[in-house]
Amino acid sequence: MATRGFTGRRPSAALAKRLPPGQYLEEDFPVLSKGPSPRIDLATWRFTLGEGPRPLASWNWQEFQALPRTVWQGDIHCVTKWTKFDTTWEGVSIDDLFAAAGITPPTPYLLAISHDDYDTNVPVADLLGGRAMVATRFDGQPLEAQHGGPARLLVPHLYFWKSAKWLKGLRFTARDEAGFWELRGYHMYGDPWRQQRFSDDP
Amino acid sequence: MSSTWQEAIVERVGHITPRIVSIVLKAPLLTTPVAGQHVDVRLTAPDGYEAQRSYSIASAPEADGIELIIEKLDDGEVSPFFHDVVEPGDTIELRGPLGGHFIWRPDEGGPLLLMGGGSGIAPLMAMVRQWRVSSATTPLLLIYSARTWEELAFGDELLALQAQAPNFMFVAATTRGAARRKDDLERRIDAASVAAILTRWDYEPESVYVCGSNRFVEAGTTALLDAGVPATLIRTERYGGAA
Repeated sequence: MATRGFTGRRPSAALAKRLPPGQYLEEDFPVLSKGPSPRIDLATWRFTLGEGPRPLASWNWQEFQALPRTVWQGDIHCVTKWTKFDTTWEGVSIDDLFAAAGITPPTPYLLAISHDDYDTNVPVADLLGGRAMVATRFDGQPLEAQHGGPARLLVPHLYFWKSAKWLKGLRFTARDEAGFWELRGYHMYGDPWRQQRFSDDP
Repeated sequence: MSSTWQEAIVERVGHITPRIVSIVLKAPLLTTPVAGQHVDVRLTAPDGYEAQRSYSIASAPEADGIELIIEKLDDGEVSPFFHDVVEPGDTIELRGPLGGHFIWRPDEGGPLLLMGGGSGIAPLMAMVRQWRVSSATTPLLLIYSARTWEELAFGDELLALQAQAPNFMFVAATTRGAARRKDDLERRIDAASVAAILTRWDYEPESVYVCGSNRFVEAGTTALLDAGVPATLIRTERYGGAA
């Protein structure tokens, strides 16, 4: 059904191909969060891999900085409809993180846990094979607090609420447990190309 | 959450500030929202091209129509349509109500502190109206910032409410225009002004909602934290970038 008088502004065909359905191109980098940006001190920052309540490995900021680094360039998609093209991130790939910890994933699911009590679920398979990292730099600079610094998860092939800001750890879970937004009506998986925004989207 | 698209009829279009238009929609199939929720709006061009945006609901949950307020972005794709094109009787598509975090129900109580900037007043206005409709006795403080008094949406309604509801305190902060009342601010909200307002209010907030541009929300939440409001009480909703 056409909306009377609406013409819209189409991106070029080349750009349109890179836009998932329902998304629009954003030049800026919008900020969204459930609360205030937490105040995080690098002197006490720790990153912990755990299984349930049991820690498997943990790094302080210096130790984390010494892990192998990866750069990723590409597009990111927020469930609030904006897509940003050609972003550049640097951090530690989840493959390298698990290798440094000397673990193979004990379960197929995990929750990314943040300093502000935010969490979000991601299947472990979606984090492996170079598809995800713990990012500490954006666009060549240390990641700003508003964008999740000092460290955030980056899972760019899923809606960006999965890329938890202010990350402090990953916790393996036996089942696929819903996180903060997933408990509040958002989709358990969140594939932007299938428009998996809300729990009743296919 | 309900992700089914449905048709809504535009009932009223009102330019309520120089930059904000109020659109009242009849959406009979929409579930009753919770104050603070939003809807997704979908516009379709003749060739099938679609644009979607999210807008907070400003009306009280039980109100007859759904009121959205839309700020005009000069280089925007969708907001100029709502400012310059849409008319009563038009049909647009929407889905919702959506959102399960930036919401307030009367039984959640308070004292309740709402802080809004510009068109970020929308979900807070739904809470204020819900609070009034439900005859809530919980103290409610609204700190609302815009560039000038004329750019405060719902200014008259808020003044009238303050005059009749002893538990409602409304402080306006105009960043580029004169204050109208002695306790209003003529500058940006900062920690010192928040602390002074909280002292005057004489309550400790139990629930805090901050909505506006990202820059406004960063400044507002920083001021609240510096004034000693615990981070765990503060919920935010933001739009726009870090710049």
